[in-house]
Amino acid sequence: MNQRRSLFVITCIVFGYAFLYIPIFSMVVFSFNASKLVTVWDSANSPTLKWYHALLHNNEILDAAWISVKVALINACGAVILGTLAGFALARFARFRGRFVLSAMTTAPLVMPEVITGLSLLLLFVALEQAVGWPAGRGITTMTIAHMTFSMAYVTVVVQSRLATFDMSLEEAAMDLGARPLKVFFVITLPIVFPAVLSGWLLAFTLSWDDLVISSFTSGPGSSTLPMVVFSKVRLGVSPEINVLATITISVVTIIIVGVSLWMARSKRIATSPA
Amino acid sequence: MPKPTDPALKASPWTDSDAKPYVRVEKLTKSFGEFKAVDDVSLNIYQGEIFCLLGASGCGKTTLLRMLGGFEKPSSGRIFIDGEDMTGVPPYERPVNMMFQSYALFPHMTVEQNVAFGLKQDRVAKAEIRERVATMLELVKLGGFAQRKPHQLSGGQKQRVALARSLVKRPKLLLLDEPLGALDKKLREHTQFELIGLQHRLGVTFVVVTHDQEEAMTLASRIGVMDHGEIVQSGTPSEIYEFPSSKFVADFIGSVNIFEGRLIEDEPAYVRIASPELGGIIHVGHGISAASDTVVWAAVRPEKINMSTEAPTATDNVARGAVQDIAYLGDLSIYLVKLPTGKVVRVTQPNTSRHAEAITWDQQVYLSWDDSSPVVVTR
Repeated sequence: MNQRRSLFVITCIVFGYAFLYIPIFSMVVFSFNASKLVTVWDSANSPTLKWYHALLHNNEILDAAWISVKVALINACGAVILGTLAGFALARFARFRGRFVLSAMTTAPLVMPEVITGLSLLLLFVALEQAVGWPAGRGITTMTIAHMTFSMAYVTVVVQSRLATFDMSLEEAAMDLGARPLKVFFVITLPIVFPAVLSGWLLAFTLSWDDLVISSFTSGPGSSTLPMVVFSKVRLGVSPEINVLATITISVVTIIIVGVSLWMARSKRIATSPA
Repeated sequence: MPKPTDPALKASPWTDSDAKPYVRVEKLTKSFGEFKAVDDVSLNIYQGEIFCLLGASGCGKTTLLRMLGGFEKPSSGRIFIDGEDMTGVPPYERPVNMMFQSYALFPHMTVEQNVAFGLKQDRVAKAEIRERVATMLELVKLGGFAQRKPHQLSGGQKQRVALARSLVKRPKLLLLDEPLGALDKKLREHTQFELIGLQHRLGVTFVVVTHDQEEAMTLASRIGVMDHGEIVQSGTPSEIYEFPSSKFVADFIGSVNIFEGRLIEDEPAYVRIASPELGGIIHVGHGISAASDTVVWAAVRPEKINMSTEAPTATDNVARGAVQDIAYLGDLSIYLVKLPTGKVVRVTQPNTSRHAEAITWDQQVYLSWDDSSPVVVTR
């Protein structure tokens, strides 16, 4: 290929990626800064792992991180189950009455302002507590339920679009060979659409992990998530520990994304090859 | 469990009024809203048959097949297989297997797991599954491919895996939806004969859906020609070809010249038809059951027409025209001859001699045929 790349395209790429990655890169660099001031580079003592050490002994942040992980894990699992069921129903019963309404209703949380979702859920939880005594106060439970309500919508969309291109004769063939409908779902349908379910799970996990607004509305005392702690700390001035935390998060996310992408590329090659 | 074909089994059980049909379809109808995909179809299929449902796309043949498989619920009518009423039985409880047009191989399983799937559902012992799968893969000549995934196979290999998977449960009835549709021409011809051989060896009754009349002629013991949800004629391939019961069937199977005419002489031993389209008289050497002076159609196959440059002595079954077009196909040539009436007649001549006196474009020729050649249809 001897195609001349235009200067314009190269400029676009350089600026685009610079815009995306310079802030992240600078944060990673500053996580090794020795100075107490986030914006001043202490060239005499840097680089150092001082703040990594400090973070590992900051119980407030570690507790918040643990709560975030718990909420995100439970949320992702719950959202995947509910979202897959909804996506399956929407993809399969193509012409049932009220399909359009149901479809619009499941995807509404995608466009609903978070403040409204958060507020309405808070009101619901308060009313429920007064009416039936459950959930008792706000905390991890209410927050997880709140996260599920919006992240399942994302799972639904992902699973539904995968099932829309699913070859129905695969299910018919399995039934023809003697498998009952429920077994067909678990042995044939689910394994084939599993990449979509997995990306739904990751999406739900991520949404929960970095949610601030809805968490703030529905959390209670002693159940502050990581974004909530970070946000409240930043208001009092950014600590270098935050840079460290961000760097660790980015590393973990990068590893997971690359791993999953490789795995999905492989199974996609299998699934999309003409059967 | 069907036994391998018994040589004593009657060669054509459908002619025997005492023979018990293996599959009995009674007044089956399937409507989708106002549209009747299958309209009041009754059909008997006998053990060991290869029955082909032949028709253009949208004629209802696939819907009929899917009802036999249990994937569509009939709007009315009943289906009996081996004496048992199967009308409302779901697919996973029918002694019937289906080979899908897309093959529907499970992409996440190996060839072996695909073939074993049906046996696993029946909780067959592991050792027996392994043995039966291996035998079946040998039978379709895929012994070395057990550990492959479907995406590593060619089209012909996938077709054979699908066949093995649907036969391994030894079904009473095997349904095949366009079984050779996705294969190229050479492979298709080869596979047709393999399929017949396999069916013979296993003795399973086949119902095949196809839109390809050549495929139907090669495979079938009997063909059911479908149009608009109805079976318009069923019979052996030669019955359908030589004695079509309607213009539609005559036209659908092979190519044919159809001359419209009026019945002018109606005797038990012969009939004569005056055809303005032909510009002459068609003499048919047998009686037909139609009222005199009605409009009928005489169908004459292109290979049953003689073409010559010399005038024949007879006066009936003769026409004169000019060669309009010639298509040389190697084994035979197709001539389109235009009559003075404007009608274009299709004639095929085998190229038996390499140096035959060539008939060329625009030459005047005489067409004639035997009085046993035309088939008279009244609709």
